Amino acid sequence: MSQVFESNASCVWSLLQPFATTTLLGVNGNQELELGQNKMIHSLFLINSAGDIFLEKHWKSVVSRSVCDYFFEAQGKAKDVENVPPVIPTPHHYLISIYQDKIFFVAVIQTEVPPLFVIEFLHRVVEMFQDYFGECSEAAIKENVVTVFELLEEMLDNGFPLATESNILKELIRPPTILRSVVNSITGSSNVGEALPTGQLSGIPWRRAEVKYTNNEAYFDVVEEIDAILDKSGSTVFAEIQGVIDASIKLSGMPDLTLSFMNPRLLDDVSFHPCVRFKRWDSERVLSFIPPDGNFRLMDYHVGSQNLVAIPVYVNHNINFKESGSSGRFDVTVGLKQTMGKSVEGVIMTVHMPKVVLNMNLTPTQGTYTYDPVTKILTWDIGKINPQKIPNLKGVICLQSGAPKPEENPNLNIQFRIQQLAISGIKVNRLDMFGEKYKPFKGVKYITKAGKFQVRT
Amino acid sequence: MTDSKYFTTTKKGEIFELKAELNSDKKEKKKEAVKKVIASMTVGKDVSALFPDVVNCMQTDNLELKKLVYLYLMNYAKSQPDMAIMAVNTFVKDCEDPNPLIRALAVRTMGCIRVDKITEYLCEPLRKCLKDEDPYVRKTAAVCVAKLHDINAQLVEDQGFLDTLKDLISDSNPMVVANAVAALSEIAESHPNSNLLDLNPQSINKLLTALNECTEWGQIFILDCLANYTPRDDRESQSICERVTPRLSHANSAVVLSAVKVLMKFMEMLPKDLDYYGTLLKKLAPPLVTLLSAEPELQYVALRNINLIVQKRPEILKHEMKVFFVKYNDPIYIKLEKLDIMIRLASQANIAQVLAELKEYATEVDVDFVRKAVRAIGRCAIKVEQSAERCVSTLLDLIQTKVNYVVQEAIVVIKDIFRKYPNKYESVIATLCENLDSLDEPEARAAMIWIVGEYAERIDNADELLESFLEGFHDESTQVQLQLLTAIVKLFLKKPTETQELVQQVLSLATQDSDNPDLRDRGYIYWRLLSTDPVAAKEVVLAEKPLISEETDLIEPTLLDELICHIGTLASVYHKPPNAFVEGSRGVQHKRLPPRTGSNESPESPELAQPAAAQPVDQPPAVIPSQGDLLGDLLNLDLGPPTSGGTPAITSAMQMGAMDLLGGGLDSLVMQGGAGGRQETGFGGPAVMPSSLNAPVGGGLGDLFDLGSGVGMPTGSYVVPKTVWLPAMKAKGLEISGTFARRMGTIQMDVTFTNKAMQIMTDFAIQFNRNSFGLSPAAPLQLATPLSPNQTIEVSLPLSTVGPVMKMDPLNNLQVAVKNNIDVFYFSSLYPINILFVEDGKMERQVFLATWKDIPSDNEAQFQIKDCHLNSDAVSNKLQSNNIFTIAKRNVEGQDMLYQSMKLTNGIWILAELRIQPGSPNFTLSLKCRAPEISQFVLQSYEAVLKN
Repeated sequence: MSQVFESNASCVWSLLQPFATTTLLGVNGNQELELGQNKMIHSLFLINSAGDIFLEKHWKSVVSRSVCDYFFEAQGKAKDVENVPPVIPTPHHYLISIYQDKIFFVAVIQTEVPPLFVIEFLHRVVEMFQDYFGECSEAAIKENVVTVFELLEEMLDNGFPLATESNILKELIRPPTILRSVVNSITGSSNVGEALPTGQLSGIPWRRAEVKYTNNEAYFDVVEEIDAILDKSGSTVFAEIQGVIDASIKLSGMPDLTLSFMNPRLLDDVSFHPCVRFKRWDSERVLSFIPPDGNFRLMDYHVGSQNLVAIPVYVNHNINFKESGSSGRFDVTVGLKQTMGKSVEGVIMTVHMPKVVLNMNLTPTQGTYTYDPVTKILTWDIGKINPQKIPNLKGVICLQSGAPKPEENPNLNIQFRIQQLAISGIKVNRLDMFGEKYKPFKGVKYITKAGKFQVRT
Repeated sequence: MTDSKYFTTTKKGEIFELKAELNSDKKEKKKEAVKKVIASMTVGKDVSALFPDVVNCMQTDNLELKKLVYLYLMNYAKSQPDMAIMAVNTFVKDCEDPNPLIRALAVRTMGCIRVDKITEYLCEPLRKCLKDEDPYVRKTAAVCVAKLHDINAQLVEDQGFLDTLKDLISDSNPMVVANAVAALSEIAESHPNSNLLDLNPQSINKLLTALNECTEWGQIFILDCLANYTPRDDRESQSICERVTPRLSHANSAVVLSAVKVLMKFMEMLPKDLDYYGTLLKKLAPPLVTLLSAEPELQYVALRNINLIVQKRPEILKHEMKVFFVKYNDPIYIKLEKLDIMIRLASQANIAQVLAELKEYATEVDVDFVRKAVRAIGRCAIKVEQSAERCVSTLLDLIQTKVNYVVQEAIVVIKDIFRKYPNKYESVIATLCENLDSLDEPEARAAMIWIVGEYAERIDNADELLESFLEGFHDESTQVQLQLLTAIVKLFLKKPTETQELVQQVLSLATQDSDNPDLRDRGYIYWRLLSTDPVAAKEVVLAEKPLISEETDLIEPTLLDELICHIGTLASVYHKPPNAFVEGSRGVQHKRLPPRTGSNESPESPELAQPAAAQPVDQPPAVIPSQGDLLGDLLNLDLGPPTSGGTPAITSAMQMGAMDLLGGGLDSLVMQGGAGGRQETGFGGPAVMPSSLNAPVGGGLGDLFDLGSGVGMPTGSYVVPKTVWLPAMKAKGLEISGTFARRMGTIQMDVTFTNKAMQIMTDFAIQFNRNSFGLSPAAPLQLATPLSPNQTIEVSLPLSTVGPVMKMDPLNNLQVAVKNNIDVFYFSSLYPINILFVEDGKMERQVFLATWKDIPSDNEAQFQIKDCHLNSDAVSNKLQSNNIFTIAKRNVEGQDMLYQSMKLTNGIWILAELRIQPGSPNFTLSLKCRAPEISQFVLQSYEAVLKN
């Protein structure tokens, strides 16, 4: 019977529409006040890995921290911290959380709020903490708790984001520095700005006015990460490139920059920092913008699975467990494939071995390896690959005696770095500056890294 | 010299010490003290006792100190309203400050002090700030209007703030516009019909202009607001789309998703042959793919929305299958979502890749994920016919792994594959049978039993296999029991000679030793079928099954369209309409996609040709029925909606057959006692059955109807005692029990609500699903007070019979949804048919006679009512008070014959002949009606009335 009912549920749902409006008419003013209180982000709880709530901030009325019990319950169900679902319903609230730097940021909302809005905002909070305190850790937050509170208050008003741009916030609330705290304690001055931030209302909220540098510099980092899944035989199941262009701009005044590419055709899936003029990109394929001051991400791009993605390394592997007996063989070689003549360095392979693997007795021809019998993670730090001498790791796997042969095959996770190469082939053509007279130093750096680079065995 | 020192003082005299410091003459000391207070507040300590001392620090030139005091005020003003008044003067003064930062800060904080008394002092400063020369102050004031509206909506309206807010939509500063839109949207949410956001082409134009210049958050507000607008025609629609498209390249994923929502909605209006339509489709894919490279939390929300989008417009992402491939270290909630989308995108073109992936996933570590992957293989087979063979062989490979849960899932899906492609893959049955012993989950056991029963003729030892299950019959779950019953009956019909004993055993287990009504009913029905007419039984039980259709888990189209209008919201994450689950979202407008204006639909894309805002589809696409329903399909052919792709002619013929058999079968059983038995011949050994049947049939039925007996009502219509419809366990602490009654000509549902939860329940509302007789609440559910924990409230809800009608199974099934502040709950209840008997149900004698003759004898049903010790007059009276009217009484051969009539609310007449033999407690009831399926329920009513 319940089965039947469930399949009819959607049709009941559509029937339910009219009554929402009728209940509305029946609600009296008092109740409305009760209900209406809660728009947007209501409260924020920060929870450390030990499960302690070490900070709470309420933008409206105070929500009891007992609401986090629902979060703890969900956390208990998920075996891994990463597996806690990001949206958790409770009888009266919804909890939307992110997990960053071993801290859960749990936002409490009570009405329909776009979850992405909340998640984006939480990430912005994390970024701001990193920006202000150098790291986003429990210790750093506790150490700067008053600043944290001032920041949170400045970032959100009544649940609406107010100032989330780093440069605006920094004018309102100055980041703590050792020097300033000493000066403040002597002079009694504060770390709160007294004047309205200049960028706040201009058409370019991301930049403050009257920036001055003696050395004017503009540097760009083109960073590409290869996400790939290779199957047993080494052929590519899926590969794509996630690229970003990070900028570090220290230019005086109001520079107006134009960045152009040798081959902009590669970029058909892009997202920009708000400073980029989309129209110019759309018509001319150049990035035209007045930059924020300091470090920021100019654009993200994505070179999809439609294009052919070069795979710089190959992996030959032979991992097998003996049908009977308590051992297995492990033999893995990592070699170079399409590297465009650049060297591949920082190569690390991690393997999550099956539960029954007690220990591993291996010999690397290069680098060092560790096996942690508790987490079952094998890490092989290879370093730079010399094309003349291909690194290999082989040896014996010790299994728990008597346990059945493991069903699953471990995945190999590869990390690497290639300097001076953007694997997609993207190249910056030139950077022009308008609006200011001085000549800035300019520079572009390319780097390719492995993102989620997995080899199935 | 960090703030962590503020955490260290935890000794007893802390508050006292702080008090002293707050009242210190030294500025620096004061500030330090306030910081300590704030630090205590952040970790949840109660420092409200310091309220007056902190407020005293408010009048200061030091902005930091002022801000800190304001922070404190916002937290504690509500608990100290009288004290909060003390702060008002400072606020008013600060609103005049030459520094715009301080003016804005003051108006912002005032709005956050949720104290009624303060609001009136707030109006004048707020009015000034709304017209402030500095846009920073104006935008802050705009939000403050929304805050004030929260506290006192009437005040905001009386003071004309709403109009001022509307004017701000035309403000020269985009940030002010964005905040005004945000504030208005928030207010509009509590006034759904207020037309606050009066969107017209002019205001839309202003919004679109502001969209380009305001902050990312403002863009979200504006886009969400735009999504509520319905363009006049496709040209306007296109021009809005053109101006929104650049937002797809924004770095903020919430902006992207809001833009996707606007585009998905407005696209609906564009003619499909338009070039721009194709361009737009192409532009939507990359941003969606990009969302998948973000943090896992963002990915999750994106995936839930993509799930909707691929159902609505699969063509957008049809080439992007690979981005949904699962990485082994994705969080589990991402893996499961990706898998679901992979299946939705699976097609002949990419099926090979998909299958290879699924097979890979089936060897992963996480059990939930592996199970879902195995199921997905089955769904592929059903969805893409060309792949079926590969899927089956993949499944067989997986079965060879002997991993217990993999084998069980594989068997469940193979059963569905058999149903979709009959007579194609039965060669694998032998392999399946090898794994019989390892099955320990009900669903897998039921699936295996179904397979054995369905293909009994090809499995040599089918009887042995089924018999082995029968040993532990009572320990099995209901679905396995039901399946076993059907399977053995099938086996018997296929191999009658060897399996008589088995079938008798299962029938008696089901009817005599089980207290599960579903099982008993099904047992009786089979028993009667077999004992009456085995040929007919064969036709019914072994009938050709309708094929199951391909797509599963599709969201119902109307709901899907509504959810598309809510992309990016919680509704889209939960795939439920927004008003259904978020507390306090009163009067969320029921959003619909706009109708397409272009007339040139391309017929070659049928899934799109249908305007999305079309009528709700009456017949949802047939999905793979779950285990329990498979049987239902067989037995409920007469009442269930016709399954698409079935064979309607056969179905209807069988439907008649089934009805006849039931009536006739019972007849023969009943007659058996007196008339020496009209024993059926024609199949094996049932000669012995009827005699043993007599008792269980009567007794069993009696038991069923006696369940509710207890309080007898001497006069008035009979009301079944209340039964629990919704146990508290299933409804987050709300228990609902109830019954139905007919009083003074109206139908009433007597309901008892009991709050077994720890929290107060409010905002009750009730809704019925469509049902056979159009029952619907005649008045809203009125619960006078909120329901406190452990409180019970009884309500009588008057019902009307003018609601929408849909034939239910069983006929008197009523599906009810009850909503409260916590959730919406569903349950179903069966109402006695006698509540539908109307007061003017007495037929003229002549009419009665004519009608009786007129109704074909096929429609006559005869029943036995046992153990009723009443004389004919008492019977008449009892029935009369339940609107069953005796028209005539005759005495034929010492038997009293009562001729009775009753009329249902929908005008259907039922005629009855009740034969009472004085001295015998057994009555014979013959019913004639043009709608014979109702007879069963009329009998139930007779039984209930006469025995209580």
